[in-house]
Amino acid sequence: MALEAPLVRARPRRTARKSPFTARAILKGSAWKVLAVLVLLIGLWHLWAASEAHKGLGFLVPYPHQVWQLGFEDSQSRSQLAQALWNSVQVTFVGLAIAIVIGVVWAMVMAQASWAEQALFPYAVVLQCIPILALVPLIGALAGFGFEPRVIVTVMIALFPMVSNTLFGLQSVERGQRELFELSGAGRLTVLRKLQMPAAMPSIFVGLRTSAGLSVIGAIVGDQFFQRGTPGLGALIQVDQSRLLGPQMWAAIFTASALGVAIFLVFGLLGRLSVGRWHDFS
Amino acid sequence: MTTLTTPTQASAEAGSATALLEFTNTTMTFPNGTVALRDVDLTVSPGEFVSVVGPSGCGKSTLLRIASGLETASDGSTVVRTDHVGYVFQDATLLPWRTVRQNVELVAELRGMPAQARAAKAAEVIETVGLKGFEDNLPRQLSGGMKMRASVARSLMMDPELFLFDEPFGALDEITRERLNDELLRLFAEQRFAGLFITHSVSEAVYLSTRVVVMSGRPGTLVATFDVPFPIPRDPDIRFTGEFAELTGRVSHALREAHS
Repeated sequence: MALEAPLVRARPRRTARKSPFTARAILKGSAWKVLAVLVLLIGLWHLWAASEAHKGLGFLVPYPHQVWQLGFEDSQSRSQLAQALWNSVQVTFVGLAIAIVIGVVWAMVMAQASWAEQALFPYAVVLQCIPILALVPLIGALAGFGFEPRVIVTVMIALFPMVSNTLFGLQSVERGQRELFELSGAGRLTVLRKLQMPAAMPSIFVGLRTSAGLSVIGAIVGDQFFQRGTPGLGALIQVDQSRLLGPQMWAAIFTASALGVAIFLVFGLLGRLSVGRWHDFS
Repeated sequence: MTTLTTPTQASAEAGSATALLEFTNTTMTFPNGTVALRDVDLTVSPGEFVSVVGPSGCGKSTLLRIASGLETASDGSTVVRTDHVGYVFQDATLLPWRTVRQNVELVAELRGMPAQARAAKAAEVIETVGLKGFEDNLPRQLSGGMKMRASVARSLMMDPELFLFDEPFGALDEITRERLNDELLRLFAEQRFAGLFITHSVSEAVYLSTRVVVMSGRPGTLVATFDVPFPIPRDPDIRFTGEFAELTGRVSHALREAHS
C-alpha cells in the first residue's frame, strides 16, 4: 500500500557540533584571545602590586608569583584551600539541589492554572527581593551557625532563577501541540510529563546554570556570616584577611571564582548534552 | 459513536445515517459577541472529500475545531459518528525532541496502543507517507514538506475514518504543495475516509475534493456548493484541462460574489 516514494529525498542533515577543546579549535577559535587578555591582566596586576608595595600595602596586593608560591604551591596553604573548597562545594551542591527541587515543583504547580500562578508568583518575586543579609541574624539564631544555615542562605539566593525559568519553559508549549494532546485524550499529568517538561528543559537548564552560579555566591556569603562548623572558602578569605595573609587570601578568592566558573561551565555542558540535540543551547 | 451535541435532533433527520460528520444549523458565537458561524449545514460521508474555501478569518477553521471537539458550538447540532478522527494542524506540530518515529507514534501512544503494535503500525504509515529512512531524524533535520508528511503519518496511526485538515499545506511552496496534494489524493483513493479540508486555495480545493463549499465571512455561512465530477483516482494532469479551469472559475466567482 506504499505510495510512490517522493522524487526528491533530502539527505538526512547532521548538525555539526564542534568541540571547543581540541588544539586546532583553540588555535582557530577564540581561546587564544582569552589567553592574551589573561597575560595582559597579569601584567597590569604586576604593575598594580608594585605601586601598592611602594605605598607599603604589599600585604594586601601581593605580586602574582607570590600568590602562586605562597597560596597554591605551599603545601599547608594548599591543604587548607582544598579543605575549604570541599566544604564550599558541599554547601553549594546541597543548596543547589534543594533549590532545583523546590523551584521545579513550585513552577509545576503554577503552570497548572492561571489562578495558581497569580497566587504564587508574587511570592517568588518577594523572595528574590528580600535582602538575604537582613535575615542572616534570624537564620543564625534559628538554625545555628553550621552547615544548615549556609545551605538555607544558598537556597534562598539560588531559588528564583529556577522558579522563573522553569515556569517560562512550561508555558512555552505551542498551542497546536497542546491541542494535539487534548485531542488525543491526554490527562494533565501526561501533558506535564510528555509535553510540558520536555519542552521546558532548555529553559530549565538556563535557570540551572544561573542558579548554580548563584549557589556558589550563596555558599561563600553564608560562610562569611556563619563562622562555626566547617568553614569554607568564604571563611578562609576572612581569616586570611584578618591575619594579613595577602597571597593566601588571593588564592582563596581565585579558588572561589574558579568554582563559580567551573560550575557554570559544567551546567552549560550538561544543558548542551541533554537538549543540544534538538535545541540551540548557548 | 461520539456525540458532541444533541444527538436526538440529528439522528432524527432521515437519510443521513451514513454521514460521519454532520453539522445542522451549527452556529458559533464567541463570548465577545463575534458570530463566527451561522446556521451551517454540512454532512461528510465516507468516500467524500469536502473542501471549505473562504478568505482568512471567515470561520472555516472554527468549523473544523468544532468538528474535532476543540471547541463547542453555541447553537445547532454537530454529530461525529466515529472515534477514529484524524486531525492535521496548520503547522506540523511535531515535538522537536522526538524523532520522526517517536512523533508518528505519539497520538497512538497517548491513546494507549501497545508498544509493539505501535512500532509495526508506525513503520507502515511512515512508508505510506514516503518518510522511510528518516525514522530516526529529528524534526529540525526535515524540510517543511517532510514535517507535514510526518504530521499526516501521525494521524494515520489511528486509521482515521474522519480526517480533518486545517490548511495543512498553506505554508509550503507550490511544488511541495502539489506533491503533497497528489499523495493525499492517492491516500484518499486507497482508504476512502471522510475528509474535511480547509483551504484558501480554490485550485487545491477543486483538485482534491469530491465537493467544494464556499464560505462567506463574518458571520461564516455556506453560500455555494460545487460537486467535482472528476473521478478518483485522479490524474494530476486534470489540473490543466478546460473543465478544471471552468469549475475553478465558477468557484472563484462564487467566492468573489460572497465577499463583494
